[in-house]
Amino acid sequence: MNISRRHLMILLPAAAVAWKHVLAGTPEDSPNYQMSEHWWGMLIDIPKCIGCGNCVRACQTENDVPDGFFRTWVEQYHRTGYHLESPEVISPDGGKEGFPVVREGAEGDYFFVPKMCNHCTDSPCTQVCPVGATFITPDGVVLIDPKYCLGCAYCVQACPYGCRYIHPEKKVADKCTLCYHRITKGLTTACCEACPTGARQLADLKNPNDPIHEFLKTHTVQVLKPQMATGAKAFYNGLDGSVR
Amino acid sequence: MSGLKDTGHLFRFAGLFVVAFVVFLVVRGYVVPKTFGQYGHYRGAAIGEIAARPVKFAGRQTCETCHTDIADIKAKGAHAHVNCEACHGALAAHADDPMSVTPAKLDTAVLCARCHTASAAKPKNFPQVDPADHSGGAPCETCHNPHSPIIGSDSGASAAKGGAK
Repeated sequence: MNISRRHLMILLPAAAVAWKHVLAGTPEDSPNYQMSEHWWGMLIDIPKCIGCGNCVRACQTENDVPDGFFRTWVEQYHRTGYHLESPEVISPDGGKEGFPVVREGAEGDYFFVPKMCNHCTDSPCTQVCPVGATFITPDGVVLIDPKYCLGCAYCVQACPYGCRYIHPEKKVADKCTLCYHRITKGLTTACCEACPTGARQLADLKNPNDPIHEFLKTHTVQVLKPQMATGAKAFYNGLDGSVR
Repeated sequence: MSGLKDTGHLFRFAGLFVVAFVVFLVVRGYVVPKTFGQYGHYRGAAIGEIAARPVKFAGRQTCETCHTDIADIKAKGAHAHVNCEACHGALAAHADDPMSVTPAKLDTAVLCARCHTASAAKPKNFPQVDPADHSGGAPCETCHNPHSPIIGSDSGASAAKGGAK
């Protein structure tokens, strides 16, 4: 096989990139975990959500989220008629302590929408970071390096889903890590662990045996703001057209 | 030789550039973390640091390794799909040291109501009651076993002998 110098110059960088993916290895703390074998996402089943706020509390406990800030939160939508443009949305304290009771026979449709970081494949937040402090890992989780973050809050503005905040004490950007410290140990996320109805399910899109594949085939599943082409990986089942 | 006549100042200038470049490389070598660029334009070691954070929810499998009796009751009941820590809270500390860290006794009047209080916003097929009307303020566990809440479904539990509908 003859490879000209020109071809070699093209092939070498490609081989280097490929080799890097082969080496995409192991976080120190989880010796049996291979990043290259996973691609994480989340399934959110709206018809199952009862708005109890267990996920919000569990997230706060697991990740020491300061009061008044949320890595995940629940919104209650109230839609009357077919006015998709102006639903009434409430989220008292992120839905942490549940929602006010809605009397039977109230007009319009009510439903709960849990929100969280969508762990976008092509995330706007990672693209705007000036110092490389936020990034998507080889296994598809968008993380923040708190030692590198300057707290400039570009990413807070860039996130189309409003999932980021500046930590009031650490003064760095903070958000959902998809419980990276748990999923690398074979556990599910704190919100999934605490959800009593299975409205949230962690999904590994690279695992052929994950029930997510069957679910995606048999249900009409959407992501939030698909027109922004973020490659969001929080998949919503039964999403109403009024949800933004 | 004539071509290099009077060019000494250019070489001295070029030399300055080379020195500055070497200084830049040395400083960069010190200040840029070793793992920066390992996987992309970020510090690769950050992934390991985030993965090393402590876990607070032990996970259902951990609970069920010891509490097999409860797991058996629960597996047959209507709460089979509810994870232990959904009600009992984060208890990895208890799993690590079962003797000194013991879970608090739960108040079923508060806990059950959190999910089962009737609201038109909840899915229609989800079992809901008005707590005041349903039990008159009595704790739910008077009639229901929280691990297998449908009355009569857990023959082993004495709590399930009440008459509430």
